[in-house]
Amino acid sequence: MTATTSPAPGSRRARIAARTLRTDRWWTGPLLTALGLAAFVVYATARVFQQDHYWVAEHHYLTPFYSPCVSASCEPGSAVFGTLPWEFPWFLPYALVSLPFLLLFRFTCYYYRKAYYRSVWQAPTACAVREPHRSYSGETRLPLLGQNLHRYFFYAAVLISLLNTYDAAVSFAHGAEGGFGIGLGNLVLLANVVLLWCYTLSCHSCRHVMGGRLRSFGGRPVRYWLWTRVSRLNTRHMLFAWTTLATLTLTDLYVLLLSSGTIADPRLFN
Amino acid sequence: MSSATFRVWRGDGGEGALVDYEVEVNEGEVVLDVLHRLQATQAPDLAVRWNCKAGKCGSCSMEINGRPRLSCMTRMSVFAPGEVVTVTPMRTFPVLRDLVCDVSRNYAKAREIPSFTPDPALGPGEMRMRQEDVARPQEFRKCIECFLCNNVCHVTRDHEENKEHFSGPRYLMRVAELETHPADTADRRMIAQDEFGLGYCNITKCCTEVCPENIRITDNALIPLKERVADRRYDPLVWLGERIGLRPGLRRDTPIVPNTRRTPR
Amino acid sequence: MSEITPQRYDVVVIGAGGAGLRAAIEARLRGKRTAIVSKSLFGKAHTVMAEGGAAAALRNANPDDSWQVHFRDTIRGGKFLNNPRMAELHAKEAPDRIWELELWGALFDRTPDGRISQRNFGGHEYARLAHVGDRTGLELIRTLQQRVVQLQQDDAAALGDPEAMLKVYAETAVTELLKDGDRVAGAFGYDRATGGFLLFEAPAVVLATGGIGKSFKVTSNSWEYTGDGHALALRAGANLLNMEFVQFHPTGMVWPPSVKGILVTESVRGDGGVLRDSEGRRFMFRYVPDVFRSQYAETEEEADGWYTDPANHRRPPELLPRDEVARAINTEVKEGRGSPHGGVFLDVSSRMPAEEIMRRLPSMHHQFKELADVDITAEPMEVGPTCHYVMGGVEVDPDTGAAAGGVRGLFAAGEVSGGMHGSNRLGGNSLSDLLVFGRRCGLGAAEYVDSLSERPTVPAGAPAEAAEAAGAPLAREAGDDPYTLHREIQQTMNDLVGIIRRGPEIERAIEVLDALEARVAGVRAEGARAYNPGWHLALDLRSMLLVSQAVARSALEREESRGGHTRDDFPRMSARWRRVNLVAALEGGRVRLRRQDLPDLRPDLLALFDRAELAKYLTEEELATTAPAEEGAGE
Repeated sequence: MTATTSPAPGSRRARIAARTLRTDRWWTGPLLTALGLAAFVVYATARVFQQDHYWVAEHHYLTPFYSPCVSASCEPGSAVFGTLPWEFPWFLPYALVSLPFLLLFRFTCYYYRKAYYRSVWQAPTACAVREPHRSYSGETRLPLLGQNLHRYFFYAAVLISLLNTYDAAVSFAHGAEGGFGIGLGNLVLLANVVLLWCYTLSCHSCRHVMGGRLRSFGGRPVRYWLWTRVSRLNTRHMLFAWTTLATLTLTDLYVLLLSSGTIADPRLFN
Repeated sequence: MSSATFRVWRGDGGEGALVDYEVEVNEGEVVLDVLHRLQATQAPDLAVRWNCKAGKCGSCSMEINGRPRLSCMTRMSVFAPGEVVTVTPMRTFPVLRDLVCDVSRNYAKAREIPSFTPDPALGPGEMRMRQEDVARPQEFRKCIECFLCNNVCHVTRDHEENKEHFSGPRYLMRVAELETHPADTADRRMIAQDEFGLGYCNITKCCTEVCPENIRITDNALIPLKERVADRRYDPLVWLGERIGLRPGLRRDTPIVPNTRRTPR
Repeated sequence: MSEITPQRYDVVVIGAGGAGLRAAIEARLRGKRTAIVSKSLFGKAHTVMAEGGAAAALRNANPDDSWQVHFRDTIRGGKFLNNPRMAELHAKEAPDRIWELELWGALFDRTPDGRISQRNFGGHEYARLAHVGDRTGLELIRTLQQRVVQLQQDDAAALGDPEAMLKVYAETAVTELLKDGDRVAGAFGYDRATGGFLLFEAPAVVLATGGIGKSFKVTSNSWEYTGDGHALALRAGANLLNMEFVQFHPTGMVWPPSVKGILVTESVRGDGGVLRDSEGRRFMFRYVPDVFRSQYAETEEEADGWYTDPANHRRPPELLPRDEVARAINTEVKEGRGSPHGGVFLDVSSRMPAEEIMRRLPSMHHQFKELADVDITAEPMEVGPTCHYVMGGVEVDPDTGAAAGGVRGLFAAGEVSGGMHGSNRLGGNSLSDLLVFGRRCGLGAAEYVDSLSERPTVPAGAPAEAAEAAGAPLAREAGDDPYTLHREIQQTMNDLVGIIRRGPEIERAIEVLDALEARVAGVRAEGARAYNPGWHLALDLRSMLLVSQAVARSALEREESRGGHTRDDFPRMSARWRRVNLVAALEGGRVRLRRQDLPDLRPDLLALFDRAELAKYLTEEELATTAPAEEGAGE
């Protein structure tokens, strides 16, 4: 190699047959990821199509999987924004206007992309482990080119998070005796909504919109402040991605158990 | 003092084999020390590229027990007693001999990226930049060009056919660096996608995992660059805004540097 | 050898560190077809190891600074042995060279108003070092590297070939300069990767090969620093100046053994790090020499006050010039007050919160964490002197970088050149030196090429001869192993011509080195030519030995202690020796020394110092002939 840039003639990569020479248990990470994602998908699918036990009328607890409830068959009171004139068939989720966006928000999320590209699609399974695919085009073609629309799903997710916040807030106004009250369910809904905000606002697109897109922060102290805050949250995006899967499941499960009468809501105040 | 078994790939032109050596190891040593001892005692012509031996120059990149690492920063104490240490050259680049790769491809990629383009009216000493602005590109300028990221990235590691149109994390990060340089005036977003292959990146973060400088390549360079590219060409609202003249002047895309791809011999 | 196709250039630059790249950029800007020949990959040069910063009187941190003050600091640091013209050019031009880097994309740390931030360093009166955290050298090399690429891009657009005017020959070493009479005609070398030989035909060759530290056992220098440029210059008929001055950086790592010598940046002290002995005492207060007494603090309170209020406090003694600190540490260790692994303690953890340390000294934190399991934000480092820099080097014309002596067309810049730093270099003056004299050298080489009426030609047999010499170690059936010989040179220099020197020991070193000559000439390398480190080392040994001989002979000759040359048997600085430059040249294959007068300081420059200070350095006669300069010595 005499020049900096002309490859030595006839040189080839070192031929090493092993898929990887890594000696650690590199497959545990992707395996756990795959199991975690699968568990959530199975649970969420089952619940979304159940069309029951999503609403606790007494305390106005609505599971986030059914917010906003827009089928004409939604239980009275659960549809805060009213409903469409039709009763949905079994294969249409009641939260038809939000769930697709939430799904796409998470599907196009930069963290989840890493997670499922590695664990499900195996491209690559782990670093320095040969992947099983014959060819690779990444996100250069449709449909994966659509990942670039992440920011729009982020905007939608903000709206839906606002709605979830409203749901959680309203439930405080339905104590056991009427009026203000706090039960365990309120706290569950509240914690879930706070973490949902953490996940939503720590999004890479949010970081870009808040200030990342600027070439210079000169004369934009507010944008800079916002950007630094979001950047700090952003370092924990993966953590929030997993915690919110857990809290969504737990919140929904809690509503399910209450709504089906399996347990009662411990009240802390009224 | 103790001893260790080193299994070192030796060969050239792609053909070679792992050769076992028993070698002395002392307290506090790194893998490069042990390779040097091999040279001085058992294998005088063992090819190893190294330079500063302090993690600052990025010359001694190789794969140790399958993981891309700097051999000067891999301490022997990370291995369990009796563990065989397997050392191979980087697997993405052509091998020259033993542990030394031909990394010239990387320098060719560097040449394709339009350079820093300041406002020509600026004279010496006139530049004013804020620390919070330079901090972003400064992180990327910590890069010591060890090319471990370009080595580990599966886009070319597992699919050699992509090497023509994918510059690798190192050079996509260089584009991000220039795009966040507060005094730069060029716009490399279109070529980042079309020429340097940003779309191939599926943000699986191996580049970040192997970076010896702990640069957060994916989160701070590649994803923000993807977002900027989305601004430029995948955001319908931005597109509409341009069409109706709300954001004039956005279409000053800087082209790839002419005559830099496929150097005439 | 018919296989060697000559490459024709106007200027060949040997070395791709800061000086080499800056010289090549300048030569190319002057329209010269230029080759850069580098032993390492492009962008890996030793310059990346520079941590602290580049000194230049930009006046961003303190408006009182000026090139005159910078000049004065440089002369003081060099103990008045610097070439005054070089020190003047350096102080005057350094700011322009730094600002130019900014226009090429460098990103220095900033002041609140957006200018280049400057930090304190040993021997500099004002905060003067433009820096990027503690990786300034990397920023410098990357900026120059990218500037080279930018010029290549221009050529690609204009001429269709990026390498038409400026080409980098990475991993290529030069073994021989070829001459046509007394003129340089080209250079002969080999490609480290393939082992193929190369012939460059060029009327001008710029040496920018850096230093000689690999001749010492404990060193902060990388393998490249084998003194190639020094040796090539000697063999081509040029002179080496004051080779006895070798800087031992006071703070290198001492543990674990495998990293012994790796640099701990002076910024640690510039940012408040203090040196302590095994009892926790800040010993530097006891080591302030008379010549610096008035400028340094005498109590810990005063020293501590300086960090926040430099106007009303004197500097802490930890920031004395490097030679003083290195000797002090050496003495502490020798007298039994050292740390467990034979160094002293350097503590920054008690000075700043952890977060601040991580921000200001990230690579130091990383280096100690990874290599020594030491968290510098919580505990002190162990440090000791390490061979760092050679002040001596090729004697050059200050304005053009042209080598003096019996050769034309040879130029030198950066560490390989001598004179600029006198007997001791100030931290931060190296990076600015590279830029200032790298540019001047490129300019000088270009003008020299323009002045030629005809190109010199490489003598017909010379390449074949050079090829045979280079291939010889591989052809031998018997001979010493290069690694062993290298170890012997290193051990000899370290033990006998190290930081503290004694006449009989140096004599012993010269004997050992002379005895090594035959063995080095008969060294044997195993294996083939492609990427064979044993063979590469075998070829480098010749340079290391020759340079070591020059160092040892000069060290024996100079019977005084000054800067980077400390003689136990002549512990005082001598005003008479101050006027003497020791010039080494090769005569009949042996290093011969000659004494030469140091150029006088111009009256206007002399007036920067007060008489009391001058009295410490100059002879009575010199003082008498010097116009009284009581005033005008403004601080």
